[in-house]
Amino acid sequence: MSEQETAAKTADRERLQLQGGTSSRSAQLRSLIQALGMLPVLILICIGFEYMTGRFISSRNIPIVLQQASINIVLATGMTFVILTGGIDLAVGAVLAVSAVTAVAMSLSSLSILAIPLALLVGLLFGCINGALVAFLRLPPFIVTLGAMTAVRGVARLVGQDTTVFNPSLPFAWIGNAKLLGVPWLIIIALIVVLISWVILRRTVLGVRIYAVGGNPDAARLSGIKIWAVLLFVYATSGLLAGLGGVMSAARTYSANGAQLGLAYELDAIAAVILGGTSFVGGIGTIMGTLIGALIIAVLSNGLILMQVSEIWQFIIKGLVIIIAVTLDRYRNKGAART
Amino acid sequence: MADELQAELGVPTLEMRGISKTFPGVKALNGVELKAWRGQVLSLMGENGAGKSTLMKILSGAYQADAGGEILIDGQRIHIDGPISAKAHGIAIIYQELSLAPNLTVAENIFMGRELSKSLFVDRAGMIEACRDVLKRLGTTFGPETPVSVLSIAERQLVEIARAVQSGAKIIVMDEPTTALSSRETEGLFAIIRQLRQDGIAIIYISHRMDEIYELSDRVSVLRDGSYVGTLEKGEIDAPTLVRMMVGRELSSFYTKDHDPDGTRGPVVLEVEGITDGGRRVHPSSFKLHAGEVLGLAGLVGSGRTELARLIYGVDQRAGGKIVLDGKPAPMSDPKASLDAGLAYLTEDRKGQGLFLDMSVRDNVNLGVIDRDAHGPGFLNLTSARKRAIQAILGLRIRVASAAVNVGALSGGNQQKVLLSRWLETNPKVLILDEPTRGVDIGAKSEIYKIIDDLAKRGLGVLVISSELPEIIGICDRVLVMREGRIEGEVGGATGRAITQENIMAFATGIAA
Repeated sequence: MSEQETAAKTADRERLQLQGGTSSRSAQLRSLIQALGMLPVLILICIGFEYMTGRFISSRNIPIVLQQASINIVLATGMTFVILTGGIDLAVGAVLAVSAVTAVAMSLSSLSILAIPLALLVGLLFGCINGALVAFLRLPPFIVTLGAMTAVRGVARLVGQDTTVFNPSLPFAWIGNAKLLGVPWLIIIALIVVLISWVILRRTVLGVRIYAVGGNPDAARLSGIKIWAVLLFVYATSGLLAGLGGVMSAARTYSANGAQLGLAYELDAIAAVILGGTSFVGGIGTIMGTLIGALIIAVLSNGLILMQVSEIWQFIIKGLVIIIAVTLDRYRNKGAART
Repeated sequence: MADELQAELGVPTLEMRGISKTFPGVKALNGVELKAWRGQVLSLMGENGAGKSTLMKILSGAYQADAGGEILIDGQRIHIDGPISAKAHGIAIIYQELSLAPNLTVAENIFMGRELSKSLFVDRAGMIEACRDVLKRLGTTFGPETPVSVLSIAERQLVEIARAVQSGAKIIVMDEPTTALSSRETEGLFAIIRQLRQDGIAIIYISHRMDEIYELSDRVSVLRDGSYVGTLEKGEIDAPTLVRMMVGRELSSFYTKDHDPDGTRGPVVLEVEGITDGGRRVHPSSFKLHAGEVLGLAGLVGSGRTELARLIYGVDQRAGGKIVLDGKPAPMSDPKASLDAGLAYLTEDRKGQGLFLDMSVRDNVNLGVIDRDAHGPGFLNLTSARKRAIQAILGLRIRVASAAVNVGALSGGNQQKVLLSRWLETNPKVLILDEPTRGVDIGAKSEIYKIIDDLAKRGLGVLVISSELPEIIGICDRVLVMREGRIEGEVGGATGRAITQENIMAFATGIAA
């Protein structure tokens, strides 16, 4: 860190040494602002849509938005783990497709009880393969998962014999359509995933190590951290959660198409993570940020539809909002770092 | 005195008057004065955090000073509103962290951003020619078309200097340029600095090393806590005065060696036998370290000291040799195994390989022990983590407002203490400290020596690698000297050879053999 900050702080730090007091209170305020991150942006966008459409914030629409966001929340959570280590997982859309096809195909067989476990296992397996290539062969994550994105997409078509697999009496359709105490299961699952991930990142040894590996791999190694284990974990988690996303997606539509399902989902997941303030170089970021990022994307899609904006313009506006939001975030963080 | 000087030397090439800089809440610089003349080396000293770098960043246009200050070049008031205008006024800064593109050639780096062109096309031949002239003047062994990636750190620094000279700089600032250099490379750099001085360039030299200040300076200006303390002219420069100006008090004893006063040592705690990486950097090396001993590992940069330490710690692959720790054979195949066995290693590269700058002091202190402290299946023990961090902060006198502050916001000395406490928390029997005071200010240095002494008193075996001979001589009981990947000799202890600069250098350079 630059000497200016230390210069700026040394004097008052000596005075305040360990008294906590004002200094830690301002630190708390700063970390609160940082923790809030994109939340104000999300709220502003919501208010804006409500103002323009008059029916955005309603008990009917909000669950729809959350439900639409749920699969991306699950994918983006896995992506957060990966990006925190300085990596990337471009294969999540394809893994989602192969898992969804597996789940529906399996549900049509005599062993339909195994549909969900097998779909999750398939996701986990592809995640582990990506992780092993990154961790042991030290290949660049971008290249590994770019290859996996294409190859797994092929596998998805293979598994479904390149048609849409369809099961009108899907045994796990409740996941995509039923509610618990009035809350759709899709939302509950997404929130559980967020919660577990938050616990892992904030309250476990593994979590600290994920940040450490992303922040400074050399130092992590000298601190006795087994980097390969951390990398394997994050890609496996991303794969597993993509598998879960596949199950959710299949449950919603009773069907899956290996060629079309999940196309470009990885981009929405990455956008959510970045919108959430996670650094692309690793070591900085939060799950709550990702949650907010994913909600911003969902709110935009929903709000623009409500406003009857054409699909073409939806794309353009979404892209611009992502760039503008991240730009604002950069400036905000720069200001915070100076104080 | 200063007025006489002004009369003698004429108008200063660079004058900074009443420079202040306020960051939100804190005044980093308060009315600082600085005068530098062409053909002179002005050294700028002060503890880390005294404001040297802030002042230089104002000069280089990276920061804007508060209103009220003035910067004059050759008596003309100028305004620096950014790096480009600083360059246009002939100001060049050679930073600690070098700013070269390793994938490009020397010539491409030197002309980066001001490439010569012929109509639309890059004038490669012209750039190489101009570059060759400068390199010749500096007496480098490499040519303009060498890729920077193959150059050593010292050579890269020369490229930076060449870039400054080639761009016609009148004022060159060097910010701790010798931190990463061996003593021979340092000599080479000094020769070039003298050459630049002769060529009529004003040099501002920032360093923590007293011997360099003696050797180079025509004048020394001192800053403390963002204020200008004063300037010593050539005849007045001496260490006690400088230290008093920098810290504002006398340092009663700079080095501490209270442990082991009667020369008795504990049992052997670490025995290294024939350890080697197959002869690439480290030939089979053996030594013993006793409990309660501070053993020095001296040698020129590149003599294999760090490489030997990394082999012992299990970071790099060993090709042979064995290690006995506390009487038990220890495989120590990786850092985790070494930490578990009771050996810790403090890296020489604090920011690059030691700290997690974006993580809190608490996390940085606890990273070596979070799994030992964990509840059940890997849940963090936040209570013990906080306790360890607070203990470290109080015990090592780390100046920080709270354990939740990111380590990147601390000064060099405090960062080093955080890193040191990470390894102390693992409760090691043996601690290897690689350049424990590199880039650390004088006050913190003295504190670190005190800590090392305390560790020896508590019965740890401490191996200290250092390029600063006064430090090795000041704190070590015995010193091993490495040369070209071998332990060439030993001084102090039972060897009958005193721990002196001469005896160490004789082994380090191979004269003794």
